[in-house]
Amino acid sequence: MNAPYRPIAYFAVVALLYLSVGIFQSWVLALTVLNDALIAAIMALGVNMMWGYAGLFNIGIAGFFSLGGLAVVLVSNSVNRDAWAAGTPWILVSLILGAALIFGGAVATRRLPSTRSRMTNIVLLAALGWMIFEYVYSPAVEAVEAVNPAVAGNIGGMGLPVPLAWVVGALFAAGAAWIVAKIALGLRSDYLAIATLGIGQIIISVMKNEIWLDRGVKDIYNIHRWPVPMEVDLQNADWFISAAHQMGLDVRMASTLFVGICFAAISTLVLAVLLTLAEMALKSPWGRMMRAIRDNETSSEAMGKDVKKRHLQIFILGSAVVGIAGALFVVFHGIFSPRSYDDPLRYTLLIWAMVILGGSGNNFGSILGALVVMLIWIQAESLGPILMDFLTAHMSDGPLKTQFLNSAVQMRLPLVGIVLIAVLRFSPSGLLPERSRN
Amino acid sequence: MDLLNASVALLNYVIIPASSYAAQLSLGALGVTLVYGILRFSNFAHGDTMAFGTAITILFTWFLQSFGITAGPLPTALIALPIGIAATTLLVLLTDRTVYQFHRKKKSPSVRLVIVSMGVMFIMNGLTRFIIGVQEINFADGERFIINATQFRELTGLSEGLAIRTSSAITVVLAILVVGLLFWFLNNTWTGKAMRAYSDNEDLSLLSGVNPDHVVKVTWLIVAALATTTGVLYGLDKAFKPFTYFQMLLPIFAAAVVGGLGNPLGAIGGGIVIAFSEVTLTYGWKKVLSYMLPEHILPDGIVQLVSIDYKFAISFIILVAVLLFKPTGLFNGRSL
Repeated sequence: MNAPYRPIAYFAVVALLYLSVGIFQSWVLALTVLNDALIAAIMALGVNMMWGYAGLFNIGIAGFFSLGGLAVVLVSNSVNRDAWAAGTPWILVSLILGAALIFGGAVATRRLPSTRSRMTNIVLLAALGWMIFEYVYSPAVEAVEAVNPAVAGNIGGMGLPVPLAWVVGALFAAGAAWIVAKIALGLRSDYLAIATLGIGQIIISVMKNEIWLDRGVKDIYNIHRWPVPMEVDLQNADWFISAAHQMGLDVRMASTLFVGICFAAISTLVLAVLLTLAEMALKSPWGRMMRAIRDNETSSEAMGKDVKKRHLQIFILGSAVVGIAGALFVVFHGIFSPRSYDDPLRYTLLIWAMVILGGSGNNFGSILGALVVMLIWIQAESLGPILMDFLTAHMSDGPLKTQFLNSAVQMRLPLVGIVLIAVLRFSPSGLLPERSRN
Repeated sequence: MDLLNASVALLNYVIIPASSYAAQLSLGALGVTLVYGILRFSNFAHGDTMAFGTAITILFTWFLQSFGITAGPLPTALIALPIGIAATTLLVLLTDRTVYQFHRKKKSPSVRLVIVSMGVMFIMNGLTRFIIGVQEINFADGERFIINATQFRELTGLSEGLAIRTSSAITVVLAILVVGLLFWFLNNTWTGKAMRAYSDNEDLSLLSGVNPDHVVKVTWLIVAALATTTGVLYGLDKAFKPFTYFQMLLPIFAAAVVGGLGNPLGAIGGGIVIAFSEVTLTYGWKKVLSYMLPEHILPDGIVQLVSIDYKFAISFIILVAVLLFKPTGLFNGRSL
């Protein structure tokens, strides 16, 4: 196929696939898959910036994704006045104090005379700092967690508009990425992978266990989702009911579809903005420099490029994009459940499969990959059992048959694995290979 | 001040659990290190290889139990272990033939192999879930304790009890046997020497007539045996759950890297370092301290340095610290 038409052809095929899901299965399903795929596409864009532009191997993105969700909770949820009265200010003070102590400690450690007792002094200093922090932090946390633990027990949000949370989500993820990068970015690629995997797990365990922050495993349900209206409000609005009747649709169905379309429009808009920025960056001298660094670090360094700084930059930018996706995800699903992020196959490696399938280094490829892989992922959940039904039709009833039927849902894991392996074997540059620009 | 009781408490809550955990981590890290040394990539599918081997072993254990065959005081799973190893060997050899061999012959960059191993991880994970489900399974049978707390108290007259679980004892003994066997193999047999030569310098070893296919095959066989044994021992000690095995990747990699990737001795050292740090930092020291300190200066809390929920952070911090300050690991990596 002629190369310039390849992306258009692929995207047309994918659009047809989504349309056929809508026609043959249901439009609600098609919209659900599309919405999840669009959010995954934003994540994939972020991963592609790190991996495709710069060759940075980050498999802790589930952590950054969850940080975006946390931002929504902290920014847009209603203010919890009782918690503020009980101890929220002191938690904030203790966190600032903690940061100051770490910074002060780092400075002090550098200045300590290198005598024999240096190590002891450092340990004593750290212990002292820890005790000061605990003295302020622990009582405040206990006080906040005691406030109405059945429905709250957390510090609540700030009651600010939702779109602001998307920005804050990006900032949270960027901040975490900065810390991670400071520690681990100098490492060799597979070490960086292990380190980021660890960081992702740590971020998620913090979310799961710090009840004052986000209710931990008790989940947060009342997520604000302005500007998209709630289904219930639509079903009671006169203009909506009459519009639904005019189109000959059931009101309930119409409200679900309307909300789904709104979400799809929002994520498409966000995706389009990010994609435009990413493409502009890739075409600029900056993008050329990034690719040069990726392809030959030594020679770029010899040309005077600051490799370390550029890596830091792209790592933070890519993570911020993942954070935005995390914020959108929580707003769309209306629930923040830290437990659910503890699934690296779904939230990290699936995204990697999208980037690899689409073609590392090509932003459009990442989006295409996201649309395709998410469709496979969700369809395999329903098609697996159907296939299994067919395969076990001749078997007599028994524990083995039940076992096969019950486990058919798990078919989608191997399927994604096979896609990943097949792409790397037969077409390592993916569906839409990175365009060479010479 | 009651040193005797304090040391019994220390032994019971810290040293024994940490030793069996160290044995499990060391065996796991040995598997990772062997793949790294011979096949030259970080195998992210190792946790799921462990889970697969354990799942097969559990199935065969149930099969044996249904015929009333048990190992008496020992867990039945030990009889089923060879079957688990055989099945896992078949699976990894098949994986190597269909997946890894191509990239090895083509000399793909090692990052690509790492991503490929993630794909393999997906497949093995799905396979394990397919075979046995996602729920937690407890398959330990036989005698639970070699000596339990009450017996120990009666025996010694101390107020603090000491319990040695059969699974902990088996773990440590079996791990020592396996490690001994592995080192004997690497140092004394022709194939073992060939493996070390191949790991040290591929081209030179090929010139000396080492058959790379044979070396790779034997490596996978050993890795499958190690992974299944690790998985079964961990499952006997705690419980089997596929996701927990995936999460073991971090401490196992940390152990392998801390010891120096590619160095079997380092894997064991790394396993001990990680396991003991994790257990000592997450243990509530109040009990031990209560025997050591007078009542009035005893602290109020349980004197736990790190919450058990953050145990990942410990392996992570040790990992990063070692990588930053001594990237080749404590025992200097890259030599088998």
